[in-house]
Amino acid sequence: MLDIAKNSNLLEIRSVCRSFPKGSGEELLVLEKVDLTIHSGEIVGLLGRSGSGKSTLLRIIAGLITPSSGDAKCRGETIAGPPNGVSMVFQSFALFPWLTVLQNVELGLEALGVESDERRKRALAAIDLIGLDGFESAYPKELSGGMRQRVGFARALVVHPDLLLMDEPFSALDVLTAETLRTDLIDLWIEGRLPIKSVLMVTHNIEEAVLMCDRILVFSSNPGRVAAEIKVDLPHPRNRLDPTFRQLVDTIYARMTQRAEVRMPQGIHGTGVGMALSHVSSNVLSGLIETLAGPPYNGHADLPVLANHLQLEADDIFHLGESLQLLRFAQLSEGDLVLTEAGKRFANLETDARKKLFAEHLMSYVPVMGLIRRVLDERPSHTAPAARFRNELEDYMSEDRADETLKTIVSWARYAELFAYDEQSETFSLENPH
Amino acid sequence: MTLDDILNPRLGQALRPNIWDAVALILVIGAMVLLVYGGEQTTLPLSALDTSPVSLDPANLPAYALRTTMRMLLAIACSIIFTLVYATLAAKSRRAEMVLIPLLDILQSVPILGFLTFTVVFFLNLFPGQVFGAELASVFAIFTSQAWNMTFSMYQSIRNVPKDLDDAALSFHLSAWQRFWRLDVPFAMPGLIWNTMMSMSGGWFFVVASEAITVGNTTVTLPGVGSYVALGIQQRNLPAIGYAILTMLLVIIAYDQLLFRPVVAWADKFRFEQTASATEPTSWMLDLFRRTRALRALTYPFAALNRAFSNLHLAIPESLKIPVRSAPSSRTIDAIWLALIVAGTTYAGWKVYQYMSATLGFSDILSAAGFGLITLSRVVVLITLATLIWVPVGVWIGLRPKLAERVQPVAQFLAAFPANLAFPVFVVIIERYGLDPNIWLSPLMILGTQWYILFNVIAGASAFPTDLREAAGSFHLRGWRWWTKAILPGIFPYYVTGAITASGGSWNASIVAEVASWGDTHLTAKGLGAYIALATEAGDFPRVVLGITVMCILVTLFNRLIWRPLYAFGERRLRLG
Repeated sequence: MLDIAKNSNLLEIRSVCRSFPKGSGEELLVLEKVDLTIHSGEIVGLLGRSGSGKSTLLRIIAGLITPSSGDAKCRGETIAGPPNGVSMVFQSFALFPWLTVLQNVELGLEALGVESDERRKRALAAIDLIGLDGFESAYPKELSGGMRQRVGFARALVVHPDLLLMDEPFSALDVLTAETLRTDLIDLWIEGRLPIKSVLMVTHNIEEAVLMCDRILVFSSNPGRVAAEIKVDLPHPRNRLDPTFRQLVDTIYARMTQRAEVRMPQGIHGTGVGMALSHVSSNVLSGLIETLAGPPYNGHADLPVLANHLQLEADDIFHLGESLQLLRFAQLSEGDLVLTEAGKRFANLETDARKKLFAEHLMSYVPVMGLIRRVLDERPSHTAPAARFRNELEDYMSEDRADETLKTIVSWARYAELFAYDEQSETFSLENPH
Repeated sequence: MTLDDILNPRLGQALRPNIWDAVALILVIGAMVLLVYGGEQTTLPLSALDTSPVSLDPANLPAYALRTTMRMLLAIACSIIFTLVYATLAAKSRRAEMVLIPLLDILQSVPILGFLTFTVVFFLNLFPGQVFGAELASVFAIFTSQAWNMTFSMYQSIRNVPKDLDDAALSFHLSAWQRFWRLDVPFAMPGLIWNTMMSMSGGWFFVVASEAITVGNTTVTLPGVGSYVALGIQQRNLPAIGYAILTMLLVIIAYDQLLFRPVVAWADKFRFEQTASATEPTSWMLDLFRRTRALRALTYPFAALNRAFSNLHLAIPESLKIPVRSAPSSRTIDAIWLALIVAGTTYAGWKVYQYMSATLGFSDILSAAGFGLITLSRVVVLITLATLIWVPVGVWIGLRPKLAERVQPVAQFLAAFPANLAFPVFVVIIERYGLDPNIWLSPLMILGTQWYILFNVIAGASAFPTDLREAAGSFHLRGWRWWTKAILPGIFPYYVTGAITASGGSWNASIVAEVASWGDTHLTAKGLGAYIALATEAGDFPRVVLGITVMCILVTLFNRLIWRPLYAFGERRLRLG
């Protein structure tokens, strides 16, 4: 008892693991031994690639899923079901379309059994605070994305939670709207007008994390674990153009690509057929190679600069970079993307020659491509059901990942004219329609 | 109603009645009086039916129409309650789902008219000597024609509640009860309303068929449009049939305008879309009520009550709580549950076998199956014919928006109209020209259901994207090629939806369509429908059961082997956008 009373920690996560069943029935570890403590008065960010388990961790804290092992405590009590004093802002807003703004905001209070006059008063106060005055009787579909997310904030704040969880709250908004909402929120936070003690936010946007958080936990993928903890001591309001700010962003970029590099050797040679592929269109890959080869990059690009130029999130640019690296058309290192010799050659070739080079690289560096081709060559019918390879993939990864990998295989193989795929019968074959 | 009305500080002024109040008040009071009048009639003893028999005087028709409509609405109310309970149970409990959903699937394909036999006997025995029993039998018959598709729609909706709303409901600590009324029901509302309207349309067919029932030597004639028509047929009174058809037209228009349009317009807010729709459904009736002041003020207590109801803190004992997230459940309980299901099924199967084998032999099964194949071929031919006629017509209309706007309601209306009212007209023609009933009675099966094909095709053609039409035009796609490459794939999913409904309805209609009479003339076409109808008339229950079983099997096979794959193909490959 004394321990709990003394403990000012809002949240304590001790060596939490979480795994999900794979297609083959085995378990896939997505979160490995994560520790996290949140004190009163801080904004903490969970930053990582998609699939790094950061959202899983948030959902464990929100009480929506249970950890496979480890200890998750909120205000000294083990989390079983959504804990009291924690509320959540959703990426997709998750507003009830049949309720008005006011009714949506009142919903959480109704669930708590707050009496109706009090409910109305608090809801109006929250609506007022978040800048939604005049929209009380509007339905969500009448509002813009930014206004909808404001409703999401008002709904979360009205219950006066100790801990506010935010799951990529700005990523469904356009750039300008997101920025306004971020600054409004930070203004309210530093003025002390938010009825909350701490914030935990998940994001894959590096600049957003540096802009808002006091502490950033960088997650690495496969399985997800905390790779680094970075303190941000810059005073609010923060200026994106401030050199210290820029340097911090660069550092995090470098750290995240460094992780990717460590992963690569096992990622390619070690796993063989079980390599998970992310779907990137061959068009996008060609376009990126051309962009990298041309001025001003001339084969060598700084990732933050490239992301900015292409209007891409850090996560997207990592995806693209990794696909190029996997095919040996480029190399990721220390926050840079550098074209290889093959990449440079690719940029200068005609369509047919590009397809040929692409096919060679697929056969050499993507083991599953070679496997499918071999099976098709060996069989007298020169056809094979996709299920055969799907099962094999599912020995190594979840069903979703296997699906995505298969989709990638089909799309790349079609571009490279390695083999054909019939969607209806779900079979691979060597015949191309004439 | 929106909340700012409740919030309105000028409540005093809001309470002062306006002109719309007067209009709305008359409508409300009128509806109440009619309800009370209609209700009083049902408590009379059964012998009262004999002392005041149905008469063909058209002056009685409004009262008959009222009785018929009330049966209908009562059945709809029952269907909604059934849906809320059954669908929720099936969606929330994995073990219940294992039994309930296949059961629903079969119930959906059971020919409802065949049921009448059993239910009439059952309900008459439940309330011996009272009109109420017969009324219940009729209401139950309508209920069995309405409930299943509504339940399916609700079940599907609950299963497909968006993940994020699900999470939000959880993380804001909504109780299971609150969640049901705040999330599950509103989310299911649009589908439920659409299916309720479809059910209401389908129900007319059965309400008409279920009012004048003969089972063995029991004949019950409930006052209503259906009995009126039955009497008209008996007395060969063609004008009476005309009056009945006219009455039904008016009734259908009335409930559409007074009931469904307001509901659809009101329910627009439940559509799960993040953008406002271009054309919102409107209803003069709803507008009228929204313009009233005093009457609206009267609804506030109801709104408050509704809130209180959905916010009730019903404590569910921990042990009974259904886990929201399917935790790895114990295999032993699963095994016991499965064993129970198997045991129950085996026992039921054995009972059926015992009952049937007492009077029926293998040859009976063969003959029933043979009749089944005859009716099957009728359904196939009729659907093909209807397709050949209505697909081109529907496409032609659908591509002309102005025309489609005017034809679409008519087609939907025709689908809602109980086609069996028009059967006598056909019988008169067949009799006069001495036509072969085996062929010429068949079109009656599809008389009412062909419109589903038409209005679905119109909907599909209207939704066909303009850019694709323009592309087809600019590549000089014409004639056969235009049909097979552009428009037919474009409307395919819509067509299949319509054809599934039409074929299901035709099977059901065969029970009344293959046997038709006009006065003393009785026409019979060979087929499973006639087999069931004749067995019902003779009170030969084992044959009725056999007939229904064969029809069930045929319908289910037909759906599984032909329509489902076609539907899946359409959804996967040909769904635009």
